[in-house]
Parts: sequence; C-alpha cells; structure tokens
Amino acid sequence: MVSNDGHQVRPVKLTYNEELSTGIFLFGFNRDFQFKAGQVIGIAMEENGPRRLYSICSGEEEEEIRILYKVVDEGYLSPQLSDLDTGDTIWITVPGGEFTGDKDPAVWIATGTGIAPFYSMFRSGLAEQKKLILGNRYLEQFHFFDEFASLLGENYIRCCTGESDPEVYSGRVTQFLQDEAELDPNIMYYLCGGAEMVVETRDILISKGIPFDRIVSEIYF
Amino acid sequence: MGLPSFTAQQLCDWLYKKDATSFEEMTNLSLKARAKLSEHFQLGLQIPTDEQESVDGTKKYLFPSGLGKFIETAYIPEAKRSTICVSSQVGCKMGCLFCMTGKQGFQGNLSAAEILNQFRSLPERRKLTNIVYMGMGEPLDNLPAVLRSLEVFTADWGFALSPRRITVSTIGITPAMLEFLNKSEAHLAISLHSPFDEERRKLMPVQQVYPLKEVLKEILSWDFGRQRRISFEYILFKGYNDSSAHVNELSRILHGIKCRINLIRFHPIPDTPLESPSQKAIELFRDKLNAKGITTTIRASRGEDIWAACGLLSTKRLQNT
Repeated sequence: MVSNDGHQVRPVKLTYNEELSTGIFLFGFNRDFQFKAGQVIGIAMEENGPRRLYSICSGEEEEEIRILYKVVDEGYLSPQLSDLDTGDTIWITVPGGEFTGDKDPAVWIATGTGIAPFYSMFRSGLAEQKKLILGNRYLEQFHFFDEFASLLGENYIRCCTGESDPEVYSGRVTQFLQDEAELDPNIMYYLCGGAEMVVETRDILISKGIPFDRIVSEIYF
Repeated sequence: MGLPSFTAQQLCDWLYKKDATSFEEMTNLSLKARAKLSEHFQLGLQIPTDEQESVDGTKKYLFPSGLGKFIETAYIPEAKRSTICVSSQVGCKMGCLFCMTGKQGFQGNLSAAEILNQFRSLPERRKLTNIVYMGMGEPLDNLPAVLRSLEVFTADWGFALSPRRITVSTIGITPAMLEFLNKSEAHLAISLHSPFDEERRKLMPVQQVYPLKEVLKEILSWDFGRQRRISFEYILFKGYNDSSAHVNELSRILHGIKCRINLIRFHPIPDTPLESPSQKAIELFRDKLNAKGITTTIRASRGEDIWAACGLLSTKRLQNT
C-alpha cells in the first residue's frame, strides 16, 4: 500500500512486546523481507499516521524482526508502542538507510538503544574483529549482555554512569575514550546514539588522531 | 470565548499591521473582549538581550528561549536587500561535522511564536526584505512550528510577506521535506556538501537514514513551477569535496533539476579536521560548474568576525548559566 506521502507501507502484527528494563521495550514481528544489518524501518500506528524511524535489532537471516525502543514520555510514538499487545497491528515501511557494517576490524560505540544496529550486525555474523563500547546509566540496561560477552570477551566494554560494578567501567563512554591510551587510526569507528554523545565522541576520536573519514555516525533524531 | 467572529481579523490587524504589544492598545475591541483575552492569553515581545556587530555590518542578536537557553539570530544588510537569518531550534540534533551549532547538541524546539519573535523584535525589522531559515537548528526537524510561522509570515492577515522572499534550508529529511513542499510556497535550500554517498555520510550523519539519492529523487519528481526556487548549498572543504570529480558528479546527479548551487567557503570551527579553500579555488569550482550548465554562485561570507557566518552560530557557552 502507498501512504499519503507516497511511501510503501504495510501492516504487521506483533508477536510480542515486552519491557526489558525500566522504560526499554522490545517487540517483534515475523520477517518476510530482506534487509542489511544496521538499517532502519519507519513505524507508524496507522497507515497514514506519523512515522518514526527505528533500527532493526535482528540478524539478517532471523525469522523475526525485533525493534528495541525507549519510551520517551513526551514522545509521540513510543508511549503508544509500549501499550501494544501481541496481535496488535503497526504499519511499517521498507527498510532503508546506509549505516551498515562489514567484516573489517572496527570499533562500535553506542549508548542506550543505539546498541540496536550493532546487535543486528552482531547477529548477522559481523562481530569478528570488533570492539564494542556501550554506555548506559544502569546495569540492567546492558541488554544482550551474555551474547556480547561470550563472543567479544574483553572487547565488550560496558560504561555505566549510575551504578558501579568491578567488571564495568565507571563513567561515560566519552570519558572511557579519553582515558584510552591509544586508538587505532587505521580502522573504522561506528557511533550510534543521541546527538550529544555522537558529536562529543567524534570530537574526542578526532582529537586522539582518528581521521574524520574513519568515523561513521548515526544519530537518533 | 464567545467573541464576535470579526474579532480575529481585528486581533491580527493589531498584532501584525499595527505592532500592538498589549490588548489594552486594541481600542476597537470592546472592554469586555480585551479583558477576556487578557485573562486567557499573554501578549508581548522578547527583545534581544545582546547584540554584536561585524565590521561588514552584519549583526548577531541573542534571544532567551526558556530557562537558561538561548538562540542567535543574524541580520545581514546588503545593497539591495536585508535578510534575517532565523533559528528554529535551540541547538541541533543533526551533528554535521562542520557546524558549530551541532557541537552544542539539542536543547529544544522553538515555538512558532519564538521564530516569529526573532523577526518582530529585530531592531532593523522595517528594513527586512528576506527571511532565511538558516540559523540554529534543522527547520524540518521542527516542521509544525516552522509551518505555523511561515503561515503568519505570508498570510494576508499576517505579515503578508511574499513566500518568494523566504527560504527554508534543510539537510534533507525526506518526509518532512515533502510535507513542507506541499504545505508552503517558500523556497527550499538543501545542504548537499558532497555528491558522493560515502563522503557525505562522513560529514552529515543524516545521510545514513535519508540518503541524498532519495532526496533528489523526490525533488526531481516535484513540480516547482516557475516562481519557486530550489537551491543546493555546498560548503567547500579544501581537498575533500572540491575536485573535478565532484564537479562531474554534481552535474550528473543534478541533471534534470532546475536549480542553483550556492558555494560557501567553510568557516573553520575549533578543533575541526576540515580546512577552508582559497578564494581562487572556490571561483575555479564555480566556473567549472557554470561551464557544466549549473547556475552557481558564491555566497559572500558575512559576519565571520562575530561568529555569525554560516555554520558558526552557537549558544553552548551560555547554556544553564
């Protein structure tokens, strides 16, 4: 179907919608299309309703599409999404976007639900030679911890600002990067999260000798 | 509110034609109507709290926007016109590598009233001939307020400015751009900065989700008519996007679009890895594009000494002080 603004949209039924941690939800629906790990889809409550973009949080070959989202109280869509139950309908666009990875060595840097595109890449077989630096306020927000930790080992770094743990760096992602003695200027750096984190992280990377054309950012608008 | 229907016209007349700043001034409204309006609404202006003037005559004004937040507005006088460059957001979410506003992050959307206030409260308001939405923020990320402000700027009952004197700039948020084109008559300027996807995404994170090719596809299919103008802003970075290959690719991707390119010299921001090209290099790039049949002009840099030039607006230093 074509929406009023000319986009291909279609309805899908949720197979589940659950709260993973306070205010962070994950829902899923059956996949019947191809996408590249890291891409986004537009989501709306109605055929011609306002859409918001969300990163796909599934591997390319998985049978379901998952969407990880944070409920923003003053937001338009996320509070409505959080009220949905299994079997409820949402409207989606075809996948799009160019924040896609490859098998080359790289550092993935994210905060909050910015982990979604990297989890998609992780589940799509792109985790080798990767380092993941993830920031959250609370320990319970490090979703998919077991999977990341088992495959990435020491290359999975958690930065937590609101709670402490011996295995977790205490502080923000940006502080962790400032503290890092050396960063490899020959690999790619992928950033995903809110505007301030991305801009600040990019500035730090550049100040530590990473060429700007080795930094690729996706900002959650 | 139980007021006669003609009250709306009277209100608009006082607000937009007679510059009233209080209901008490609206003497052709009944006392009862004025009392009711005062009970429900507040009238007034937010005057700028600071002003800087460049050696070239450009001025930069500072306006408060809520508690501890500020925006900047530029006034750019020229020989035959005077332009106001309005902000649409406090800060910006888009995070473009070359932009000072992007470095302060996003602190909030402006209301339509706050956008209009920049125009209405400008000391040089009577001299203004043009409005550009090229100040702080991405206008199409705050489309509802931008559209409401455009309506007041252009409606006969409002400031009655020609939409042909107004340009809204965007980095290319496709759905909002289509809504803007549908609901407004103002000109559109799109920040392009590189015709190559890989290069553009290093400069502008928006490329990840709204690729330029999709933006151009929509533009190509849009009927702009004879009066409405589409232009592309192209900041030149030395050694990055100023080669002959860029000229050729621009010519290819803009084929079929009746447009103009505005070349802008990069205004360096602190700690930037990007460099500004020489004036000669900019002129050479312009000449090559013109030779390809693309109308290309060089935008004069204005207000650089007071940080009012393109990409330099920022109120980060003032946040939460």
